[in-house]
Amino acid sequence: MQLAEAGQTRHQAPWRFDHYFAPLVIFLGLVASLIEAARSPDPRMVAQGWIFGVCMAITGVWYVWMYVGRQPLDEKRQYAEGVIKAGVVASMFWGIAGMLVGVIIALQLSFPHLFYFADQPWTNFGRLRPLHTSAVIFAFGGNVLIATSFYVVQRTSHARLFGGSLSWLVFWGYNTFIVLAGTGYLLGITEGREYAEPEWYADLWLTLIWVCYLVVFLGTLIKRKEPHIYVANWFYLSFIVTIAVLHVVNNLSMPVSFLESKSYSLFSGVQDALTQWWYGHNAVGFFLTAGFLGIMYYFIPKRAERPVYSYRLSIIHFWSLIFIYIWAGPHHLLYTALPEWAQTLGMTFSIILWMPSWGGMINGMMTLSGAWDKLRTDPVLRMMVVSVAFYGMATFEGPVMSVKAVNALSHYTNWTIGHVHSGALGWVGYVSFGAIYCLVPWLWKRKLYSNALVEWHFWLSTLGIVLYITSMWVAGIMQGLMWRAYNEFGFLEYAFSEVVLAMHPYYIIRALGGILYLGGTLIMAFNLWKTVRSGAPVLAAAPMGLVAEAAE
Amino acid sequence: MSHAWLEKNSAFLLIGIILVIAVGGLVEIAPLFWVGGTVEKVTGMRPYTPLELEGRNIYVREGCYVCHSQQIRTLRDEVERYGHYSLAAESMYDHPFQWGSERTGPDLARVGGKYSDQWHQSHMADPRSVVPESIMPPYKFLFTTPLDYRDVKNMLQANRAVGVSYTQDQIDQARQDLEAQADPNADGLDAMQKRYPKAHARDFDGDPSRITEGDALIAYLQMMGTLVVFKSYHAGAPENRR
Repeated sequence: MQLAEAGQTRHQAPWRFDHYFAPLVIFLGLVASLIEAARSPDPRMVAQGWIFGVCMAITGVWYVWMYVGRQPLDEKRQYAEGVIKAGVVASMFWGIAGMLVGVIIALQLSFPHLFYFADQPWTNFGRLRPLHTSAVIFAFGGNVLIATSFYVVQRTSHARLFGGSLSWLVFWGYNTFIVLAGTGYLLGITEGREYAEPEWYADLWLTLIWVCYLVVFLGTLIKRKEPHIYVANWFYLSFIVTIAVLHVVNNLSMPVSFLESKSYSLFSGVQDALTQWWYGHNAVGFFLTAGFLGIMYYFIPKRAERPVYSYRLSIIHFWSLIFIYIWAGPHHLLYTALPEWAQTLGMTFSIILWMPSWGGMINGMMTLSGAWDKLRTDPVLRMMVVSVAFYGMATFEGPVMSVKAVNALSHYTNWTIGHVHSGALGWVGYVSFGAIYCLVPWLWKRKLYSNALVEWHFWLSTLGIVLYITSMWVAGIMQGLMWRAYNEFGFLEYAFSEVVLAMHPYYIIRALGGILYLGGTLIMAFNLWKTVRSGAPVLAAAPMGLVAEAAE
Repeated sequence: MSHAWLEKNSAFLLIGIILVIAVGGLVEIAPLFWVGGTVEKVTGMRPYTPLELEGRNIYVREGCYVCHSQQIRTLRDEVERYGHYSLAAESMYDHPFQWGSERTGPDLARVGGKYSDQWHQSHMADPRSVVPESIMPPYKFLFTTPLDYRDVKNMLQANRAVGVSYTQDQIDQARQDLEAQADPNADGLDAMQKRYPKAHARDFDGDPSRITEGDALIAYLQMMGTLVVFKSYHAGAPENRR
């Protein structure tokens, strides 16, 4: 029986590099972690050493259990699915964790008397806020991107993931990075630059894992059986490559010693500022946009059972989007000590960026041509289409905010927070949820437990988003106006503390919005759990081939 | 030219992507390293004293930058509220920069000298005891945690490696300078102030018996934005045209 099964799989080479590479990486990781744990004079680094060691030990045990002396069942299937299932589970776990931390810090700003603990430095806003941003962007978003990209590249290439256990190494290694970074923030380890907070050793580890990710993805593209590379994969590839470039350049730094957690950035002052916002804005552009557009280009056509609206538009908006995004960083530094020419350039390209962004929105939205009725009956598809609508809204708001006259008001205020969350909760969150609602039934081959619960999720979280972004709009614009208000004698009207006080009701509304959004996600987790445990089995495989041809 | 050329060959697609994304970064960022006037010519700037540097490390560690900016923009209300707009030169020794992106709390670029040490002590230990509207977290533990400065020499060394102009003398004397700045009766005070002009030396945290993290952070806050001599700075001078 086993022989017969093995006979159906592809040809197995007797020697596979991944059977040596993954154990080698795990072993070296273990050695490095033990050296840090045993030799570092820095107590924080010792803690990080142990944490890294435990992660490596878990990865090692998993490897032995999966690969030593046997071939995992998953490798006998046409496509690698185990690693994608793991990615889906990790996404949900980190999503809930990250949103929960978001709710906590929102409550801290609303009720500082209740939610701060004077003797627990790790509970302070300054350490939890990077934990929230990293958990939702890199832990939740990253796992969603890795899982969906592994799914999409296999299906649209008609090829199994390249590199055998390498994709599993990417999964474990990436989540190890997340754990290192997150626990580091709580311990007070940070490089002090937004969204690039992890310290040098975590950055080095991520670099290694990211190269493995590129190898798996590109390797699968190279051995594809389809002549064309499907459009979703262009976006995924540009996301992987650009994030690699941004990550490496922005994190160049000099550690105090190889046994210390602290490092100093290679650049300083104005150069550091622009390098960081080149990174920061393109973390938005490539991590949170290009990657998730990859999801849009596969899952929306698939779910709607319609081809992508326009092939030509996808080409134009792809190349113009990735070309223009890179220039937009300086809009985070308007009216600062950044030279004027760079500010103007940044603002100009940010406005131009509106067009390719809407190109993507139109292409996603119009894919529903002839299938609009499905919005009524299919809450998952509705979620994804609403996500594209939020994408369109946020990418209109962004260019508006990067106009210098508007930015003079909006910068440093809660408007920015609102803007980010309409993109994050609306676009990134919803397109991810949509993709996961598709993936779980496809991967576990079961019918979704309850459509009614999806409706509840959709409406609760939509209400949450509305509360969140409207409260932050009002708060932000009010804040900007109060800061610059003059009285009749020509003096500033408000003390800073008065403006803080004025924010109070809006902070509470924002926290409520966050709680509703988190509540929706918990409902989703329950629904998926029930689907996996007791959903009705589906025998027919998910249809394929449709979207692969759609772009040609 | 047909797009099929790119979408049928993963190597071409990869190279195409790299070329397209390289342009913007190269054109925008690279010139900042050589175009004259990017960093203004000013008098008064000096690298951080060892104690201030330790204080800055705590500022970074606690994530102060997520709520406080250090960048006064060239707008009338900001200049009136916070002081002279920030110059690029003022963060020339900042690895990393801490300009920030939010003002959940006020800008700190020129907070130096605006409040007394005692105010900072009370404010950080219990923010709402001095500013009832404040939503800042409490940092009482800074005043009970002794400053860990075993590594201060290496910290200066690492800063020199990334371009800060610390002299060998400053690196060798880092430990003594740090102790001298936190203790007004120390022997090395004059030598320290010679190496770091305008450095304030006193017991910053109100507890003369030991050097705490509070000493370092307040020393850092009290020097912020106070170094540049604005009398000799001319925005319109040719070397500052940008």
